[in-house]
Parts: sequence; structure tokens; C-alpha cells
Amino acid sequence: MGISKIWIYGESTDGVVATSTLELLAKARTIAETVEVVVHGDASAVATELGEHGASTVLSIGELGDGLPGPRVSSALAGAVDAGNGPDVLLCATSYDGRDVAGRLSAKVDAPVITNVVDLTVDGDRLLGVEPVFGGSLNVSTGFTGDGTAIFLVRPKSFAAEPTGGAAAVVGSLEVGDLGNTGGSTVKDRFAEESTGPKLDEAAIVVSGGRGLGGAEHYVLIETLAGLLKGAAGASRAVVDAGWVPYSYQVGQTGKVVKPTVYLACGISGATQHLVGMKGSANIIAINKDEEAPIFGVADLGIVGDLHKVVPKLIEALKARA
Amino acid sequence: MEPPDSDPMNVVVCVKQIPDPADPGRMDPETRTLKRDVRLILDESDSYGVEMGLQLVDAAGEGEVILVSMVPNNEVSGLRTALAMGAGSAVLVSDEALAGSDALSTAKVLAAAIRRCEPDLVITATESSDGYTGTVPVQVAELLDLPSATFAKSIEVSGDTATVQRQTEDGYDVIECSLPCVVSVTAGVVEPRYPSFKGIMAAKNKPVDELDLAALGIDPATVGWAGARQEIVDITEAPASEAGEIVHDEGDAHERILAFLDDLKII
Repeated sequence: MGISKIWIYGESTDGVVATSTLELLAKARTIAETVEVVVHGDASAVATELGEHGASTVLSIGELGDGLPGPRVSSALAGAVDAGNGPDVLLCATSYDGRDVAGRLSAKVDAPVITNVVDLTVDGDRLLGVEPVFGGSLNVSTGFTGDGTAIFLVRPKSFAAEPTGGAAAVVGSLEVGDLGNTGGSTVKDRFAEESTGPKLDEAAIVVSGGRGLGGAEHYVLIETLAGLLKGAAGASRAVVDAGWVPYSYQVGQTGKVVKPTVYLACGISGATQHLVGMKGSANIIAINKDEEAPIFGVADLGIVGDLHKVVPKLIEALKARA
Repeated sequence: MEPPDSDPMNVVVCVKQIPDPADPGRMDPETRTLKRDVRLILDESDSYGVEMGLQLVDAAGEGEVILVSMVPNNEVSGLRTALAMGAGSAVLVSDEALAGSDALSTAKVLAAAIRRCEPDLVITATESSDGYTGTVPVQVAELLDLPSATFAKSIEVSGDTATVQRQTEDGYDVIECSLPCVVSVTAGVVEPRYPSFKGIMAAKNKPVDELDLAALGIDPATVGWAGARQEIVDITEAPASEAGEIVHDEGDAHERILAFLDDLKII
């Protein structure tokens, strides 16, 4: 049998395909002959871009209206799987909606989701998902042992998106089945939060703060430094859990995966949870009081010292240069 | 599940008892799973859901937070923490056969336990702090044929509707969910209360309904090691990153950072 058909849950905003979807396409086209993307909304709006990145077909489940993607996309996918037209493999990005789609489909077709995947490898007739554990010191390869579609949730930035110059994808459709009560969530309004500077997962420089800041009132140090470096401000899970900054700031296994040119970790000890989200950065600078902190294990430049002394001086020096 | 009639507000909060993250355990080379022979505590990320549930019950004026949890042994120390915060009771599915359960099996067990509680609302964390698959909330919702809103920053309940602010890439969406529904909440959105001494004492006498798989009508062969349909094929050591330069701050470490950034032509 082997892996002949891969489906990807495709995400896009206003006709622009999400980078995480293009990343999945780049990998999928090296594995399977047929790579198709399942989207909601107008498939023809994204067919050209998806085709350029290796998709042969784009299948739309139709417009969502004010519905959420999770129940609808998973219903359409399950319908195809149950009818015997499903893929060997379904890839979803680890995004807000990607998790909803993969999780709901998993329950519908009674198959597990292989999660937190950062690489995909072919093992005979099946695909394995590689998951980093213990701060990325070990890589665990996991395969689906059942029949039918293997479902993977793949972390963003695991692969590099690259166009192949392929022709526009052929447009097709998939039908959403009866949603029962699962369709009872509707989007009433959307709010974009004001943000200055680059996005956290796209910035060339990321400055992150951890528990070593000592309190929410000191997070301004991180924001000021990030601003001066024209970078984005991030945080460890500990800081988000403590309520100092919103969830959207979180870098790590749970939050955003970042791979900037420079990652500056201030007062972050380097728990597994955090390292997995930033160790792919090209250059890592860490400031921490504890010489034994695991963050120094991945740092290119490690400063053993008090961030409350080092960062203000750094800020002053950068201001003097400006 | 039938929609709720009116008050009172009964909220199930799914909680996980995990090994203390300060002691992350180790990989067992025999079974290829996480060894967790340390004492279990309440997953900190679940404390937000417990707090959220308590606030919603308070707002409704009547009702209860019911904890639902599962473990392979009969560990309750983490549940006692949440009961001390104010949860009224707990359902603990405890069965040796649960050891090694994957996320979908976990969701099946939780869904079966939740069904018995007939809640108006089910709250979970977005993911556990030790397994972090992040799929259990929607798997539970799907198994119970319920709508869901994941990554909630806030929940308000009015009549038969929950209004949720759901985190998005750029901000948040306002989602209306018909009750009953499943909502996963992100960390840091409310301030979890500290258990009072009175609460801790009261928690000792609060009911913990301990059920095994047979009581839920679940075949042990479908969960745990027996039911897992994913297998670890390989474990390899990741290439170690090269050791970087370590500098002890003598008052001029900021200059070293500036020089590093200058070399990269970043500034």
C-alpha cells in the first residue's frame, strides 16, 4: 500500500494561505504522490497558491458562515473516511483550529492523533511522527497501528515552505454531514488586538521574560528592550500562568514556536516546555542568575547575572546609540 | 445530553493529577512511557478551570463544581486541592487498566464519567502540563455530541448560552455556545483562589465517587496499553547543541551582548 494520498487541513485568512499550511505541503509532497488540501470557503481563491506549493487538488467544504471550522471540517473529513475515500494520512498544523479539527475527527473515526510532531519520517508502509521530549534531548518516533487514516498534528516551523512552481490546484468539494449538537457554537464578533512591531512568530528578534522578572510590573523591561531591537516580546509559560501577560505571548511547547535570528531569554530557566519552542533560534542569548539553569545548555551566549542589572544597562546603551 | 432547564448551574471541571513538574520523571526504557512514581499534584493549568467554574456557580447563585478525573491508581491528593478551593464533589475513574492511555482513550473515559453528571457546562484546561496533546477537550466534546469553544480567555453564562472570548492569532473571537458545551480555558485568565484552612478541612469530607471501568461500562481492552493504537517505534538522542560562551556579569555583561548583536549586524 504505502502512503499514496495525504490530505492537509488548509488554513487561510482573506485568501492568503497560512505559512503553516505551506510548510506541511512542502513536506507532504516529498512523501506522497497525491497531496490534497481541505479548506473552507472559496477554494478557487487559494488554488493557485496551493498548487504552486505542490497541492494537486483543493477540496472545499463550503462556507462556514458564522460557524467554527472544527465540527464542520472534521465532519466532511469523517464523511470521506467512512466512504472509503479518505487519505492515508491527514496533517493538521498545531493551531487553534487545527487542534479542533484533528481532535474532533479523531473521536469521529475512532483513531488517535499523533501530536506535537516536528518531523515526519517514512517507516515502510506508514508515516511516523517525531516528537521532541525532555527539552528536545530525546526524539520519540510514533506510528499509528490501526487501519485507515493516520492523523498528525504538526508544530509550525517544522518544515520550510517553498513553492515548486506547480500548476493551480484542481478545485473540488467535500460535503459536511449532520452536525448534531456539535455545530452549536457561532462566531458573533472578531477582535484584532492592537500590536506594535513584528509578530512574535515572525520577528527576527525575540526578547522573552520569565519568572526571574519577579513580577508583572517588571515585564516593561522586556517590552522596552524588544521595542529598541525592533523585535517582539515573548514570555515563558510560568509568566503567562501567573497572569503577567496574555497567553498570546507564550513561547514554548504550549504557545508559539519561534525561530528568530536572535532569541534573548531573560530570567527564564529553560524548562522543557520552553526549550522546545525556541531552541531552533539561530542565536540564543540567555540571562539568568542560576548558573545551573538548563537555558545555558542551548545558549550561544550565556550571561550569569541579574537581569534587573543587565537589562536596564542594555536598554540605556541601545538608547544612547539611537 | 438534554439542555439544562434553568438554574442551578452545574459545572464539570476536568482535572488531571500530574507528577510535580519540578520533578519531571523519566522515560522508562522498558515500557517506553513516562515513569511517574512520584506523588501526584493538581495540574496548575487546571486550577484556572476550577476557579472559572466556581465563579460561574457563584454568579448563578446555585449549583456546584464537580471534578472529573482519571488515574490508574486511586490517587486523590490533587483532587483534594481542587475540593479545598471550593469544588463540591469529585468523580474519580480509577482503574489499573487505564495506565498507558492515549488522549482518545482518556477522552472516552472522561466523557463516560461526565455523562453521568449531566452538567450544564464542561470546563477543561487547553492541555495538560505533562502530556500536552491538547486534543482531549474537543475529543470529549465530540464523544458527548456537544459544541465547544477552545482557548477561552473568558466565559459568561446567560440562560442557555455561554459567551466565550476565544484566543485567535490576531486577537480574539466572541463565540456563543449553546449549553451544555465544552470550553477549554487558557492559563492566567483568572486568579485561582488559595484554599483556606476551612476549605482544606472541609475538602476531607467532600464526596469522591470512585468508579472503575466496569462501573462506566467501558471494556478495559479499549483503553490503556491494551487499547492504544499508536506505538513508539524509536527513541533517539537529539544531537547536543554546541556549548556556548558563558560570561559572569561583572557589571559589563550588557557590553558583551551588544558586541554579540553587532557581530550579527542586528543593530
